[in-house]
Amino acid sequence: MEPEKRMDKRIRVDLNLEQNPISPFESLSEEVLFLILDLLNSNPLDRKSFSLVSRSFYKLESCHRRWLTPLRLDLLPSILTRYSSISHLNLTLCSRLTDVTLASIASLLSSSLRSINLSGSRSYTHKGIECLAEKCFNLEEIDVSIRVDLGDEVAAAIGKMVKMERVNMGRCKKVTDLGIGCIAAGCPNLKLLCVKGCVGVTDLGVKLVAVKCRKLQSLDVSFTMITKKCLPAIMQLPNLEEFCMTGCLGIDNKAFVNLKQGCNSLQALDMSNCEHMTDSGVLSILQKYPNLYHLNLASCSSVNVSILSGLKSMCKLGSIKLDGCKVTASGLKSLSNSCISLKELSLSKCPGVTDEGISVIMAKHKDLVKLDVTCCRYITDESLSAITSSCTSLVSLRMESCTKLSSEGFRLIGQHCPKLEELDLTDNDLDDEGLRSLASCHNLVSLKIGICLRITDNGLIPVGQSCPRLQELDLYRAIGITDKGVSAIADGCPHLEMINMAYCTNISDESLKFLSKCSKLCILEIRGCLQVSSVGISAIAAGCRLLSKLDVKKCCEVNDAAMFSLARYSHNLCQIHLSYCSVTDAGLLALACLGSLRNATMLHLSGVSPKGLATALLMCHGLTKVKMHSSFKSSIPRALIEHVESRGCSFHWMYKPFQVDFESSELWKQQSHDLFVE
Amino acid sequence: MDQKQRSSFTYPPRNNSPKESFNPNYDYPQFNSQNRTESPYTPSQFFNSQAREWDPHALLSNLSFLEQKIHQMQNIVREMIRTNEGQNCNTSELTAQRQLLTTDLTSTIIQLISTAGSFLPTIRTSLLSGNAPIPQLGSSILSASSAPSPSAYQPNPSPDYEELTKGWGENVVESAGQIQIEDLDVKEGEDVGQDGDTLPIGSYEVLQLEKEEILAPHTHFCTICGKGFKRDANLRMHMRGHGDEYKSPAALAKPAREPGSQPIPVKRYSCPFVGCKRNKEHKNFQPLKTLLCVKNHYKRSHCEKSYTCSRCNTKKFSVLADLKTHEKHCGRDKWLCSCGTTFSRKDKLFGHVALFQGHTPALPSDEVKGKNEEINDKDDSGGVGYNDGDEYLDMKGGYFSPMVNFDSFSFEGLDEFSRTTFDPTENSFSFLRSGSPDFARKDPGN
Repeated sequence: MEPEKRMDKRIRVDLNLEQNPISPFESLSEEVLFLILDLLNSNPLDRKSFSLVSRSFYKLESCHRRWLTPLRLDLLPSILTRYSSISHLNLTLCSRLTDVTLASIASLLSSSLRSINLSGSRSYTHKGIECLAEKCFNLEEIDVSIRVDLGDEVAAAIGKMVKMERVNMGRCKKVTDLGIGCIAAGCPNLKLLCVKGCVGVTDLGVKLVAVKCRKLQSLDVSFTMITKKCLPAIMQLPNLEEFCMTGCLGIDNKAFVNLKQGCNSLQALDMSNCEHMTDSGVLSILQKYPNLYHLNLASCSSVNVSILSGLKSMCKLGSIKLDGCKVTASGLKSLSNSCISLKELSLSKCPGVTDEGISVIMAKHKDLVKLDVTCCRYITDESLSAITSSCTSLVSLRMESCTKLSSEGFRLIGQHCPKLEELDLTDNDLDDEGLRSLASCHNLVSLKIGICLRITDNGLIPVGQSCPRLQELDLYRAIGITDKGVSAIADGCPHLEMINMAYCTNISDESLKFLSKCSKLCILEIRGCLQVSSVGISAIAAGCRLLSKLDVKKCCEVNDAAMFSLARYSHNLCQIHLSYCSVTDAGLLALACLGSLRNATMLHLSGVSPKGLATALLMCHGLTKVKMHSSFKSSIPRALIEHVESRGCSFHWMYKPFQVDFESSELWKQQSHDLFVE
Repeated sequence: MDQKQRSSFTYPPRNNSPKESFNPNYDYPQFNSQNRTESPYTPSQFFNSQAREWDPHALLSNLSFLEQKIHQMQNIVREMIRTNEGQNCNTSELTAQRQLLTTDLTSTIIQLISTAGSFLPTIRTSLLSGNAPIPQLGSSILSASSAPSPSAYQPNPSPDYEELTKGWGENVVESAGQIQIEDLDVKEGEDVGQDGDTLPIGSYEVLQLEKEEILAPHTHFCTICGKGFKRDANLRMHMRGHGDEYKSPAALAKPAREPGSQPIPVKRYSCPFVGCKRNKEHKNFQPLKTLLCVKNHYKRSHCEKSYTCSRCNTKKFSVLADLKTHEKHCGRDKWLCSCGTTFSRKDKLFGHVALFQGHTPALPSDEVKGKNEEINDKDDSGGVGYNDGDEYLDMKGGYFSPMVNFDSFSFEGLDEFSRTTFDPTENSFSFLRSGSPDFARKDPGN
């Protein structure tokens, strides 16, 4: 939208010179402009440019906007008066949300508000929620998760919202059955309920939800104390599609074996970490839920996959996760025989997975879309040839730490899997030849080749040239990479959003200058890149306005200049890791002016005085989490710390000795592998 | 014998000094108006722990407690004599004294029996192990207590002795029950009938009593004086007063089934109220198991609820035992529905909420209180641009219906401390079971 903006300026100039008041934009109808606005979703700056065209455009944009994620709470009243028809409000970035603010939101938006997300925000209490319940009678969705201190009153307030459909109260640890009962009795239209980690919730509450909310489609009772007693009631829900009960230790085989009634609507069942589930329970699940598509049995260590051979009927299961289960070749054979329509399979950290098992399953399932064999250390190129020869439509392949694979195997991936979008080869023995052949996967969106010490620019340049859709690139400790490789990536991948070049010691400011062309970049990790200085960071700040996470730990050359540019351009910066940098008080103060900053790690900043740090803390209103060296604890006034804490910031006092230099990547890899062998 | 009956016994306190319990300035009428199950004597774990290992110190302390008590009673009797001689007969005072005397005597007897009861299992074990210094002591206790005839006692350990001790233990329980239970409706067997052992229709004989029969206060009558009793055993005890012929063990024994006769057909009962599910005309007829079930069912379902709880003045009952049960936890009902109904158990509340549309569980009032005031103090930070917080906040003061704060109840006199000592949990009763497995169980074969 930049050209339009410029044109607008030119028109104004014309107005002055020729006294001609007709603007070409006035001829566009509202419908057309709304249609244009509907399509402006990818970059938030586009909408900003649009509203700057003219007064009528500004007004139209104000009417059109439905979603809002404010960064700063102090601007909220003016924003809400401008955007009066906001229906979806996301307040997760405002940590210090108080009841007063909620009350003003309730009175400003009232009936137009449909959904509000308060996850992680602190300081508000049930009073604020009650205000919402009173005035926003059209509210359909609320998220109050991660409020460990909020109890049943909040749930009772939510229970007064009659139209409520989706409630997330994950990790509200003080909520008990009473609160859940209030929601169950007060929200008859409830479709989604998440009480994950609400340890006070028991069978009684869940049962009441199942009795009262017959429209429930998704229920998450992970990490609660439920037992088999509530299952019959849940299974009678006519519309239940998704049921998640991760880590419910009260659930065992009997819960499902004795269940008289299955649930025809159930499609996704997550029972990972249910340690008391064994074979017979899983078997009865598969028999009782004929339409089950997703099944997650991760970390159910007592489940043996070979039990599936007992399953005679056709199984509609499309996606199964067996992470960390006992898996054998024969088990995989029975799995491939019974689950004929398998699309997604996860076998990560299953020590029993071998070439034989992989070939057996690949022979049957030619249309597998996702495969996860992370840490299956016994598979070799033989498995890869089986995978590539049959599953040509593979979209996602994760094979982190499969150390026995060679470049021949990676060549096969490049040849046979053109649809691959996600590839994780972290900690593999990948070399340039292998990487070059992977470049033929033109659809790659995410490529993770961290800890592949043998790759160099020669391998990376072809990737940059032929993978234009790449959004995520992990080059962690890929020490062979230099500026040349990065420039190829920056040129060829305009959609890049995340790049990790931590400990790529050959990277310099030049790389960052190239990367500043990627305007969508939001996560940059250059930890331990000793050659990088403020020049590079300033280039990134000026070019990548969406930057939200920056890690410059141990980049000793980075100083105040970088902080000034960040303060000037990076208004989306949320998280920064500054340890070991040459930043002084001035740089820190400039950074603290960023209203968006929420998370900062500042250890071993030799140029920063306690006074400067204290001032920065005081100025930075939005902070939620700060990591500092414990030596500062005594030098910063106690009252100041308490004040900052009362604004919703938590302090993490680290005690780490100053490291002068760090070990080389080869040594580091050797050490980490030794650790594994032990 | 069910637990409800046992719970009405009174036991000496373990730690409380007896003086405290027998304060002469006691307000007797009030004492009587209270439920005796909440008497100041804590049902301590004393017997529970002492039953297995006999502790002479404990026995000694019990006996000295008894001594003290008897001394108290002597004082009361002297007082009565003195007032009688003084001729200024205040009848109400006299009755109060008599009542006190009765109560004290009762509890003394129970105390004595209980002491012996705790002592008994140890005698048996020591007898069986061959050590014989204790039998004398045992026999003295046995002869002192009135229950079995001493002639049945054999000094040598034998199966007969086992039987005797068993029967003796039974009698202890039974006689103790008679003393205290007399004025209470026994709550045994709620409206059972559909639990597990449902008999096929036709396999039992259905009896239906008339309303008057059910509501009659007594079912057993003395043939000599016409006095009525609720229980046959009580009648037998009463009969002893009419002559020595009723004192023989045979006359006192439970009338046994005649050995040669046919097996008695299984009896089930029908409620006389037409239309009731327990009435035999009903198409889903569910018979009542025992006469007691019939009585309780009829009172609960078809009679006026005439007993009102004196504490909350809301709960009403038609069976006295139900009131007594309720009084035990009245004021402790912490589960509250938005409609104002209180429940003592969470699952009952949730069952209620599940049943009715528009009812929600209400939060305890004390949690809500106190947070109302914080609202304006709390906005220390977010008030950038919201200095006038009060305008936005239109909070209702007490959102939840004003609740009775149960803790603020004024418990007077006895209740003041009985409330703190009363423990409704199972272990108050467990001493009866822990001593010997046969001790408390009623064996129909005996």
